[in-house]
Amino acid sequence: MIDLHGYGPRLAEGALITIELAVLSLVLAILLGLATASAKMSRNWVLHRVATLYTTIIRGVPDLVLMMLLFFGGQIGINMITDMLYDRFGVDIFINVNEFIAGVVTIGLIFGAYMGETFRGAFMAVDAGQIEAGRAYGMNHWLVFRRIRFPQMMRHAIPGLSNNWMVLLKTTALVSVIGLTDMVRVASEASKATREPFTFMIIVAVIYLLIASLSEWGFARLQKRYDVGYGEAD
Amino acid sequence: MADTPIPLEVRNIKKRFGDTEVLKGLSLTAQKGDVITLIGASGSGKSTFLRCMNLLEQPDEGELVVHGEQILFKETSKGREPADWKQVVRMRAKLSMVFQGFNLWAHMTLLENVIEAPVHVLGKPKKEAIAHARELLERVGLSARADAYPAQMSGGQQQRGAIARALAMDPEVMLFDEPTSALDPELVGDVLKVMRDLAAEGRTMIVVTHEMAFARDVSSQVIYLHEGRVEEAGAPADVLENPRSERLKQFLAPKH
Ligand SMILES: Nc1ncnc2c1ncn2[C@@H]1O[C@H](COP(=O)(O)OP(=O)(O)O)[C@@H](O)[C@H]1O
Ligand SMILES: [Mg+2]
Repeated sequence: MIDLHGYGPRLAEGALITIELAVLSLVLAILLGLATASAKMSRNWVLHRVATLYTTIIRGVPDLVLMMLLFFGGQIGINMITDMLYDRFGVDIFINVNEFIAGVVTIGLIFGAYMGETFRGAFMAVDAGQIEAGRAYGMNHWLVFRRIRFPQMMRHAIPGLSNNWMVLLKTTALVSVIGLTDMVRVASEASKATREPFTFMIIVAVIYLLIASLSEWGFARLQKRYDVGYGEAD
Repeated sequence: MADTPIPLEVRNIKKRFGDTEVLKGLSLTAQKGDVITLIGASGSGKSTFLRCMNLLEQPDEGELVVHGEQILFKETSKGREPADWKQVVRMRAKLSMVFQGFNLWAHMTLLENVIEAPVHVLGKPKKEAIAHARELLERVGLSARADAYPAQMSGGQQQRGAIARALAMDPEVMLFDEPTSALDPELVGDVLKVMRDLAAEGRTMIVVTHEMAFARDVSSQVIYLHEGRVEEAGAPADVLENPRSERLKQFLAPKH
């Protein structure tokens, strides 16, 4: 049996944080991605510009730099606002940027930009006649989106979604720089303390792999569900 | 009957795409039970006219009255738009369209296609919608295909399914845009048969078609469009058997 030198429970906690962080970031990224895709496809040029600026910045700046900018910059920004509230109105509050939330927001923001591209491509791949039939039968925008556009788009989006998720999962390892004790950080502390880096890093690698293969299975099932009705012979 | 509203009245519809005026003032009145066929060369504006009727295209000028209800428009910086989208949604639910390319929703079974708008647009209880849908599928000869997806059906089956989907709305008027043009010749007959039955039972229909036999046998009125104008209109016996304009004569002449 592998000797974890008592780090087992902390490692498990770290793994849980990694998973929670990844899943919540994914949810945020999907929402942002849908919004970005809609903005880029809209005829409103302000929305279009904002969305383009967002994706350009995110794609051009390294994730690690973005993370530090948002975390430390975010704290400074919030402090400025609370200071102003104190000076002007005598309201005394102190908000500490929570590392976990900062992590979710940063990773969500980064991957929202990538998801935006994925969704945009997927939305454009939906046959216009399908949408038109919805409109012709009295569906409003929301109904067309919910009943036709979204389910048909998903078929095209899942490969990209799955890809982004795999990268996102690995990106969570970066959050240790803002002080979050995810499993990578626990493992690196344990490695230093016990001088057995190999043991702990192998465990971390295996856990990542496990999550990745599980997700791959999940995405394959999802793909199957959204492929229903397409191109199968009778 | 004076107190039943006219299903569809269209007055002086004009439509331009960029600099070209595609519809140059078209009008039409569909009384209950009318079958109006629109014929004309490719590019003469038949589809655009039909699409203006349910506002898939926005006419630049003209009036629409659906079942006695006048559609309201407003001028915006981008041109004329419907003033009340709720009204548009309501009127579209009264005008069912059958498309050249069928456009059945690919991710739904045939039965799901047929109940989709009745349940989600009209708010019909699902059970009721399913029962109605099964009757309609029976009528178009597709009972056995209720659980098939569109991709698993032939073009003819898809188009008959699309007609069932249209009927499920209990529409005031059915709009057909070349419903048989995308079909293999041997599948055209089944679809036309269903449409003849609909005409016989008194459905109000506006049909863009190149099927002259159908137009002759079934229509109450034939309208020949040329470059966005009505060149000739009237009873099929007059328009198709005794065309006056040279162009229509040419158009009707058998092509070899
Ligand atoms: N969305 C569009 N944008 C620009 N031009 C269009 C559009 N739709 C149709 N047209 C043009 O309008 C004319 C009439 O087209 P259409 O109504 O499709 O004719 P038909 O159905 O009689 O073949 C054609 O010249 C066509 O190229
Ligand atoms: Mg056409």
